[in-house]
Amino acid sequence: MSPSGMTFSGKTWLLGDNISTDLLSPGHYVHDPMTVRLAHVLEAVRPEFAGGVQPGDVVVAGKNFGCGSSRESAPQHLKDLGVAAVVAESFARIFSRNAIAIGLPVLTCPFVAGRARDGEAITVSLDQGEVMLADGTRLQAERLPEAMLDVLARGGIVPMLREIGRR
Amino acid sequence: MTWAQKVLADKSGRSRVEAGEFVVARPDAFMMHDIFAADVLGLLEETGIGSLDDAERVSVVFDHMVPAPSEHAARHQQKARILARKYGIEHVYDVGRGICHQVMVEEGRVHQGDLVVATDSHTTTYGAVGAASAGIGSTEMAYALATGTLWFKVPESVEVWLEGHLAPGVAGKDLILALMTLIGSDVAQNRSLEFHGPGSRALELADRMTICNMGVEMGAKFAVFPPPSASDRMGPYAARYTVDLATLEPMVALPHHVENVAPVREHAGIAINQVFIGSCTNGRLKDLREAASVLRGKSIAAGVRLIVTPASREVYLDALREGIVEDLIEAGAIVEGPGCGPCFGGHLGLLAPGERCLGTHNRNFQGRMGSLQAEIYLGSPMTAAATALTGVLTDPRVRTEAEREVAR
Ligand code: SF4
Repeated sequence: MSPSGMTFSGKTWLLGDNISTDLLSPGHYVHDPMTVRLAHVLEAVRPEFAGGVQPGDVVVAGKNFGCGSSRESAPQHLKDLGVAAVVAESFARIFSRNAIAIGLPVLTCPFVAGRARDGEAITVSLDQGEVMLADGTRLQAERLPEAMLDVLARGGIVPMLREIGRR
Repeated sequence: MTWAQKVLADKSGRSRVEAGEFVVARPDAFMMHDIFAADVLGLLEETGIGSLDDAERVSVVFDHMVPAPSEHAARHQQKARILARKYGIEHVYDVGRGICHQVMVEEGRVHQGDLVVATDSHTTTYGAVGAASAGIGSTEMAYALATGTLWFKVPESVEVWLEGHLAPGVAGKDLILALMTLIGSDVAQNRSLEFHGPGSRALELADRMTICNMGVEMGAKFAVFPPPSASDRMGPYAARYTVDLATLEPMVALPHHVENVAPVREHAGIAINQVFIGSCTNGRLKDLREAASVLRGKSIAAGVRLIVTPASREVYLDALREGIVEDLIEAGAIVEGPGCGPCFGGHLGLLAPGERCLGTHNRNFQGRMGSLQAEIYLGSPMTAAATALTGVLTDPRVRTEAEREVAR
């Protein structure tokens, strides 16, 4: 991935604290077809999200994003809906690991939920570890280590496994 | 260094590591259970991975949906067995052996100073023997099995210094429930909870397992009892707490959150329909023994169902030999085969709308045991047994005192 491939610009979907894996991937629909499952993503907090989110949009949230179970469908659903990256003040451990594993960029950025505005443009630079808001404000984020950036650049762990499998 | 730093440094071939650093480490043990084993191994097959880095380090345990309650579960387990054989995994503990975390400790698959990963959030349990252990997702597990390595962020640590001894009627479960409110997830989140002090040496393995098991409910990455010899030279800590075990009393987590904790006496009298004694949190011999000590020679209240699920075959056999199983059944309990039982709402004891269950397990989220309109309370095995006798939430010390009166 070129350095520019590490930068995403899109519309902000602003969420609060403690967005759980149950909100992201409601357990109730696990046996339904994927289109049904995706239609219910975040419906309890943002009913218009699943229908309105555009490829390249960025989810911005407060603390403890992705708390709850270890289900990988939580980050996968966001990725499947086209979300380019999630920026939050903090992440639940297993969610952020799973997100990187499936190739969804996540960036920890203190104070972001208080500064970003819903619906406005936001630019996320993974390699700089920086977030830029519509009014030009730059927020320092925790830069991911090289190894994680590499996993993301390759599209997650599955393509890496395929490479190992080919050897 | 802290214990978490020491283990991560050892396993990544470094002399020291700092909190906040990322390291690539070689875990000593990997575990998958029947919910994820077929997915993980299936992903390896799909991506053309012919063999595991080291099958000897890998364990597969069938415990969640056992014996299979549906054809779907049966097929899923069949696939896991076939793939485990294909990948040369010999440490397969099939249906009836017990709950994964109990089995890993009983079988000596985890040791002091080990780094362990498993496809289950309660993997923190192995901190009871001094291992740094944490749950991971299935894609990461596939990568870890293929390469033998995984990345870790070195966590900050929180020290919990324990003094004294537990009072009669109080158990390890009451300590970890008390810590839910004392420490909570704001402080424990993504950190390593490390227990030191004379009180930690006084706790039995069973209690230490209960405590480490539920550390993850505060968001902790590891929850660990380092060896006493290491205690003096460890640190630095992001936060420190001291608890005198003698001051603890029976505690209960109220619906629908594990951090929603209060003393049992403050909520005594709430009507309960089902009591569950079991799970990787509290299904060990000590737990069943304590429950039997309350229930022996008595009968549970009319209208209460008491479900007991030994954590493993060994626990079950030991409880049989000690006469505990007989005591429990005579009091009115249903004793199920070893496994997760109703803990995560898979089968074997679900709840109807409006029903209340007091369980010894670790999570009371809405809908965890059946109906979304059911309520789950969490407490110790002694609290569970005392509650089964009365049909209402009961502080086990109340009965003990009343009985002492009678005996006088
Ligand atoms: S007993 Fe409950 S918490 Fe423990 S592994 Fe089984 S389902 Fe998970």
